[in-house]
Amino acid sequence: MTRTPITEAARLVFVRDLTLAWRRWDEVAQPLIFYVVVTTMFPLATTPDLSQLREIGGGVVWVAALLSSLLALEALFRADVEDGTMEQWVLSGQPLGWVLLAKVAAHWVLTGLPLVIMSPIVGTGLGLPVSVWGVLMLSLLLGTGTLSVLGGIGAALTVGVRRGSVLLSLLVLPLAMPMLIFGSRAVSMQMDGDSPAGPLQLLAAIFFMALSLGPIAMSAAIRISVEN
Amino acid sequence: MSFDGASFEARDINAWRGDRHILRDVSFRVDRGDFLKITGPNGVGKTTLLRVICGLLPAETGELHWRGKSIRGARDEFNAELGYLGHLNSLKADLTARENLRFLAGLRQSLTAADIDATLDRVGILSRGDLPARSLSAGQKRRLALARLLLADAALWILDEPVTNLDTAGIQLVESVILDHVQRGGLAIAAAHQRLLDDAPCLRRLELEP
Repeated sequence: MTRTPITEAARLVFVRDLTLAWRRWDEVAQPLIFYVVVTTMFPLATTPDLSQLREIGGGVVWVAALLSSLLALEALFRADVEDGTMEQWVLSGQPLGWVLLAKVAAHWVLTGLPLVIMSPIVGTGLGLPVSVWGVLMLSLLLGTGTLSVLGGIGAALTVGVRRGSVLLSLLVLPLAMPMLIFGSRAVSMQMDGDSPAGPLQLLAAIFFMALSLGPIAMSAAIRISVEN
Repeated sequence: MSFDGASFEARDINAWRGDRHILRDVSFRVDRGDFLKITGPNGVGKTTLLRVICGLLPAETGELHWRGKSIRGARDEFNAELGYLGHLNSLKADLTARENLRFLAGLRQSLTAADIDATLDRVGILSRGDLPARSLSAGQKRRLALARLLLADAALWILDEPVTNLDTAGIQLVESVILDHVQRGGLAIAAAHQRLLDDAPCLRRLELEP
């Protein structure tokens, strides 16, 4: 037997989480259902007039996506900490940051990516024209990716705390505000015929910052959380 | 993996749980071929000591040395040679026994299906290999956790109550895998209430007192 290379270790964690999700698909589908339901309710509650809906459409899609991603975050590390898997990961001799990043990547594929894929459909319901689909999806791709990493840090910090979900929202929501502002701004600029490059580049910058520093913060937080 | 020159030493470990001073100046040394059994009444700090050794809990004061070097700053190298069997079995109820081993033990060592089958056979649950872990009995889950430890191919084993939930045959199994391990030159440290290798020549004892 030889020592597992880190890429293979990360792949195992990733595949494991997808396998587990496949066997518990009802839990995974919950954020997506929430996303579709919330965005469908807006035309019913406000106005069916597409020209008015179009004004708020981008913002509504973004708020709904943000809240649905948050919904799934609390459970991110909890099961693994409670059944002792996390202890084994900490002691595996593999860089913990990579292992946790693989887990966050699986979480994003399960909860973030479906939101991105669904966004043109729910956007159409809110009167968003085809010309903004690309910008909407790209901004959500960067935004949900960042939120998964930021949420991973929050979940790692609060996993050892009883009733940590309230604390988690308080921690993550303020950090998510810049993404919400730049994301919905990019969509409305595209709709008004301006170039959305500025806000998109800022979103990308936040994403890469989270991706590069997030694993360090997550592994430090998890090491504290498993001390109990 | 070669176990040559493997030794573990703890010097003057002090640890608190909340405001209770649990471990007071605990020192011991384990060399290759040694099995250290930690005994003492409930709540005396056996689990705390094992978690300090693993690095899951920070010690307030004291030094831990592996192969003669402080493990501070060499955490990953130490962890790579460490196998920990805690109170928790670290199993996923929705995964089968084989998948549990592949996804968790596979993180440490590249495993083939034959490696996994051989180890499942060793711990006596080969016929349960494709059942989800949720349908295993408590003793079978413990055996599966033991299989994970075996596959880790670690030099230093840290075992927290390894015979919990096991039947007589299971206890003999744990004794035989520990004996095999120390005879190959490995080290083992276990906390146990029950009889565990009490007559073996490799046994050393550490009694914790309240």
